[in-house]
Amino acid sequence: MSPRNRELFALLVVGVLTGVGFASVYIARQHVVSTGSLSYGLFFLVLYLIGHVVERLTVPEADPFLMPMGALLTAIGITEIYRLDDKAAFKQGLWIVIALGFLVLTLVVLRRDYRRLESYKYLFGLGALVLLALPALPGVGQTINGARLWVHVGSLQFQPGELAKILLIVFLAAYLREKREVLAQGRPKDLGPLLVIWGAAMLVLVETKDLGSALLYFGIFLALLYVATSRITFVLVGLGLFVAGATAAYTKVSHVRSRVTIWRQPWTDHAVHCALTGKPALRQDCASYQLVKSLYSIANGHYGGTGLGEGTFVYTNGTPLIPDLKTDFIYSALAQELGLAGVAALLLVYMLFALRGFRIALLAQDGFSKLLALGLTFGFALQTFIIVGGVLRVIPLTGITLPFVSYGGSSVVANFILLAGLLLISHRANTLSPLGGERLKGSGR
Amino acid sequence: MNKQIIRVAVGSMILLAALIVATTYWQTWAAAGLADRQDNAIERVAQFTIKRGLIYAADGRTVLASNRVKRVGDKTFYFRRYPSGDLAPHVVGYSTQVRSRAGIERSENDYLTATNKSLKTVFRTTLDRLKGVTITGNNVVLTLDAKAQRVANDALRGQCGAAVALDPATGKVLVMASAPTYDPSLVERNFSAITRITAPCKPSAPLLNRATDGLFTPGSSFKVITAAAALDTGRFHLDSMFDDPGYCVEYGKHVTNFSDQNGPEQFGRVDFTQALQHSINAVFCEIGKRLGPILVLDYAKRFGLYSVPPLETPVNERAPSGLYNGTHLFFPKNRFQVDPGRLAFGQERMLVTPLQMAMVTGAIGNGGAVMRPYVVQRIVGPDRKTLARTRPQELGRAIKPQTAADLSGMMEAVVTGGTGTAAQISGVRVAGKTGTAETGIEHTNTTWFIAFAPADAPRVAVAVVLENQHATGGETAAPIAKRIMEAILSESANS
Repeated sequence: MSPRNRELFALLVVGVLTGVGFASVYIARQHVVSTGSLSYGLFFLVLYLIGHVVERLTVPEADPFLMPMGALLTAIGITEIYRLDDKAAFKQGLWIVIALGFLVLTLVVLRRDYRRLESYKYLFGLGALVLLALPALPGVGQTINGARLWVHVGSLQFQPGELAKILLIVFLAAYLREKREVLAQGRPKDLGPLLVIWGAAMLVLVETKDLGSALLYFGIFLALLYVATSRITFVLVGLGLFVAGATAAYTKVSHVRSRVTIWRQPWTDHAVHCALTGKPALRQDCASYQLVKSLYSIANGHYGGTGLGEGTFVYTNGTPLIPDLKTDFIYSALAQELGLAGVAALLLVYMLFALRGFRIALLAQDGFSKLLALGLTFGFALQTFIIVGGVLRVIPLTGITLPFVSYGGSSVVANFILLAGLLLISHRANTLSPLGGERLKGSGR
Repeated sequence: MNKQIIRVAVGSMILLAALIVATTYWQTWAAAGLADRQDNAIERVAQFTIKRGLIYAADGRTVLASNRVKRVGDKTFYFRRYPSGDLAPHVVGYSTQVRSRAGIERSENDYLTATNKSLKTVFRTTLDRLKGVTITGNNVVLTLDAKAQRVANDALRGQCGAAVALDPATGKVLVMASAPTYDPSLVERNFSAITRITAPCKPSAPLLNRATDGLFTPGSSFKVITAAAALDTGRFHLDSMFDDPGYCVEYGKHVTNFSDQNGPEQFGRVDFTQALQHSINAVFCEIGKRLGPILVLDYAKRFGLYSVPPLETPVNERAPSGLYNGTHLFFPKNRFQVDPGRLAFGQERMLVTPLQMAMVTGAIGNGGAVMRPYVVQRIVGPDRKTLARTRPQELGRAIKPQTAADLSGMMEAVVTGGTGTAAQISGVRVAGKTGTAETGIEHTNTTWFIAFAPADAPRVAVAVVLENQHATGGETAAPIAKRIMEAILSESANS
């Protein structure tokens, strides 16, 4: 079976799954299966098929599993969003259409050779900075949940940080490819431009209080530096800097300290000072309210979950029990309704997606492709870890989206572009490398 | 580069695998603990779609808790209704959305929502779930005697206090009343009405179950424990003689008799029965000094003090009795830490719950064996078939049968011609003991009466406590204890 036929088959399965998911939400709501659920499934199937056809034309040899996995995650996300808020799901559906447009555009524009991006690396670096700085500008920026990372143009809300991440990865991959030899020899002055752009990015993130993204960028930077130079010392020095920076932030920035306190001790037996009201209150009723309620939601899922559409997210009068479910806490909504079995499977899909990505990095022939594939994939994996780990109290919680699943236009668009990038790299790798291409073709015979 | 890529890949997989581990932790290991937290409303809200089981009094007819159906959109919710109002809210508790749960509604929630692990229930609810039918909870039948409970409530009305009546032979809780009482349906509907309830005590604390969670100075009612220790060890006998000088010397100071005793302030030469009959502090002070505090407290332990009395209500609604140092229970390491004389007549820092005192008097009536108190008689499925039934269980032996018989006789003397004559019931031999504990402020005595009847074959053991009294236990608590015992004895005579 050719890679594309393999992909087509997987996409059909995802289409059926989407239909079943929507049907189950419908049944839970109205106790009937409506044609609406099936049409949703069909709509997505058609959408993915368009993407699939474009892939056949532009990247026929690309990895056959990435697209279906991305589609599956998106489907799971929109099903849960629909279950929580059907109007939001409609918006999200529109964003998915737009995101698919971006995927097609990326594939078509870069189908010959995406490596020419390398020559525009500084443009990408600067572009990332501009995007990051946008929300901080008065007039267009908007603060939501204490973090200033939204751009408001008319009725359109956009979080440019997500796109900036991809631009920054392109810059880092290109720059490190060029300078890797000199860097490996340890000439610190070559780090200059790198540190300037990266440092500026961190500054903006800290200024806008987007700690999750700051952590993400830092991780991506270290991983790329390590792979490019093969020097673990850089990683150790980087980690040392991180610890120093984190300690400084902890003592100086109240926002950071509060996040850490919530993480270490979400429950208190006695009332503590509540910064939100200025009055003493139990921490679980104040600062750690979100985290604690979300943990309750997860715990209520047990092994098998309540079933899609059967979870408890609101009081009997309709007021929400758990805040921000659609965005930062979508994982806790899924954990309640799908249970351990469901979310473990979901996490396995994330792992598989990342593994395919790393495989592409291994198969890629040139340094830029390798670094780009690695950066995109590691960014994807680390972002998943940061948000889900935060929700699960593995690390302090910082607001960041769950790739493909969370509600939010910019996030979906960015992830589809990331997907397009990986497809492009894998197509090239599979076409050039007799090993990779052969193996893929051979296994299907 | 590939070696490094593999390393990064492995690292990423470890990070993501850690998420699966963490999810597993929250959804399995930690789940039960989180579900039980008071600020976790998820399970409670989810359980409003379950047709909760009913709670009945012992007669199986008096409904203490039932359901009110409410439709919101396409969902049906079952909210709680308490048809018997303020009859036994401290036992039944409440199940609400915003204020969580209390009492049997909290502790027996698994049965009431059919989430208990009994095979029959699991089978039934799984089937219902598959069929898409509303899940119905199991019903709980309590041991409470509705009629006697009503009598106790009436008798306590306008007071602060509590009454507990047990069946001494089984440990069955027949009456558990706490005053001021409240209507549990107000908890969700109009909580401020509960906070506005006034009573002759501050705070009036209507939600507090004074019967199991209220700690009171036992006063002279504690003398039965001192007497039990004195007789059971063989150090004193029924015919032991004492001289009552009207006071007792402790650490060089005079501890005088309390005006509680009807009769002269100084009794002269008395035997042990007379000492209890007239509740002579000077004598018990002397006995306490001779036995030592540790021995007396060891006997108190054998009656169940120093441990939380077992009962089906939530453990945080029950308090252990014993010596308290501030808010902490304490057992002296040596005899010098406690004043033995004052301990012997129930002062010192001794604090007890009415349930504990009912257990003490019940054990004396039951030949010295302490029975495990229980308030849940049986669990009945929606099909009216019994799923579980509580069997009487002996907690342990406090004193020898002979000691119990001797004490019983002494306590009978209290009612026939001592401080407790107000508890006399015609045609029934009643054994009892009064208590009037000083709180240090005048006219704020805590008064007690503990009793069992009929003395030869008891069917009821009762403990009554009243706060902020001007008069003595014999005048205030004994008549209430009498009314409760009469109500129970007349019932069991009929049935």
